[in-house]
Amino acid sequence: MRGEGGPLLEVEDLRVTFDTEAGPVEAVRGVSFTLGRERLGIVGESGSGKTMTGRSVLRLVRPPGRIEAKRMAFEGVDLLGLSERSMRTLRGKRIAMVMQDPKFSLNPVMSVGDQLTEGLRRRDRLGKADAVRRALEMLEAVQIRDPERVLGAYPHELSGGMGQRVMIAMMLIPEPDLLIADEPTSALDVTVQREVLAIMDRLVRERGMGLLFISHDLTLVSKFCDRVLVMYRGKVVEEVMADQLHAAKHPYTQGLLNCLPRVGGAREPLPVLERDPSWAE
Amino acid sequence: MALIEIDDLEVTFGSGADAVRAVRGVSISVAAKESFGLVGESGSGKSTVLRAICGLAPISGGAIRINGAALGSRRDKGFARRVQMVFQDPYASLHPKRTIDATLAEPLTIHGLGGRDKRVVSALEDVGLDPKFRFRYPHQLSGGQRQRVAIARTLMLEPEILLLDEPTSALDASVQAEVLNLLSRLRAARGLTFLMVSHDLAVIDHMCDRLAVMQQGMVVEQIDRAALADDSARDPYTRELLAASV
Repeated sequence: MRGEGGPLLEVEDLRVTFDTEAGPVEAVRGVSFTLGRERLGIVGESGSGKTMTGRSVLRLVRPPGRIEAKRMAFEGVDLLGLSERSMRTLRGKRIAMVMQDPKFSLNPVMSVGDQLTEGLRRRDRLGKADAVRRALEMLEAVQIRDPERVLGAYPHELSGGMGQRVMIAMMLIPEPDLLIADEPTSALDVTVQREVLAIMDRLVRERGMGLLFISHDLTLVSKFCDRVLVMYRGKVVEEVMADQLHAAKHPYTQGLLNCLPRVGGAREPLPVLERDPSWAE
Repeated sequence: MALIEIDDLEVTFGSGADAVRAVRGVSISVAAKESFGLVGESGSGKSTVLRAICGLAPISGGAIRINGAALGSRRDKGFARRVQMVFQDPYASLHPKRTIDATLAEPLTIHGLGGRDKRVVSALEDVGLDPKFRFRYPHQLSGGQRQRVAIARTLMLEPEILLLDEPTSALDASVQAEVLNLLSRLRAARGLTFLMVSHDLAVIDHMCDRLAVMQQGMVVEQIDRAALADDSARDPYTRELLAASV
């Protein structure tokens, strides 16, 4: 384990603002959290700011979006004060991000092998044979059965589950200390979903990686993460231990849990979330 | 007699060595006013069954009968008046350059039905949308509102059967609850028959009386709601889905 002691990531009063013709729109409004070598979930519905929070850590918010925070530090280093050049040395290598849909995140005209080895060859200056060997190891680590075939394949030749595993393999090759996973399993079937989660889980336990897991799926997050932040309209309305999610106190969290159908549940109309304007204040 | 009878249905895409048998010998029957679910993972062939009913997928074997009459290779206007489909993605299934009014009125024009104003306004009301949405465009609506419009469109011709292809999987949980409640209410009020597809067993269990579990183009188990609740599902794959959804 590297970098013992102190939180991996500290975020204090994070704000993401988009300047539009109609005035500034705040997508993230004062989010604070710390992340150690653990699994932290961020849940919320679309538009709650969870994705923007994840992207802000890597400073991947494009203008007209602006990121501001009292403090946003990775292993004690202030991320907002870094030059774009220093930021690039962190991205991918120390902090990696897995996006939701492999269809849009893999390069469609580049073979999987070339995409997986590109970083190793250019950044780490590995020879071709070594780079290919590392790529094969990583594909095996994400439970891809015939890694040689996948290495020669193009993204359109892979199923959604395979594509997502390739993405995860690619992000894990540089052995990042922090992985930001934005809906990494939403495009996957439940059985494949479990395999992908098991891979990430092992990395947290064995390598001491920190994981920021962003999802709309409360049940999934409560089963998989250690702690959960619940976001609503750009704010964290509640923080709970994942195994205590059923005992969540905030009416928004309770409402989200109650509106899900359950196998064997009652046939009555599902409870509908009544939004209280005060939640957003 | 069953309202929808699907007998040994086969759907094959392509031919020769590249042929993909998407649906392999599926047989199900759905009674009038029943709600039947098809559950399975992506690629299991569940949506293809619905598309075959609508004539959107090539039927290479077996038969589909609606009220005893076998469907041929073309779907006529009479079919559209009895059977309508709601698609998964309301962002893709509504024409982006047509107002909600134009989208809802199109079936009326095709079928030569009058009373446009009254029917459009009452359809919006039936799906719980304010009349102010009538002259808006799809991009001005949220995902849940768009799916309500898609449901309103299917009701314009007052069909008996709704084919629902993952109608809520593109929606947030709280919006899903609203749309599922809307569908249940409409089914009860109008005596509709549902054939609903979802990857989410809990959604199917909530909405359907009976269901078939599909895997690799085949039905591996048919089970009713009570049996699912007392844990008497037998097929290992059904049990796996069940384990993943609790």
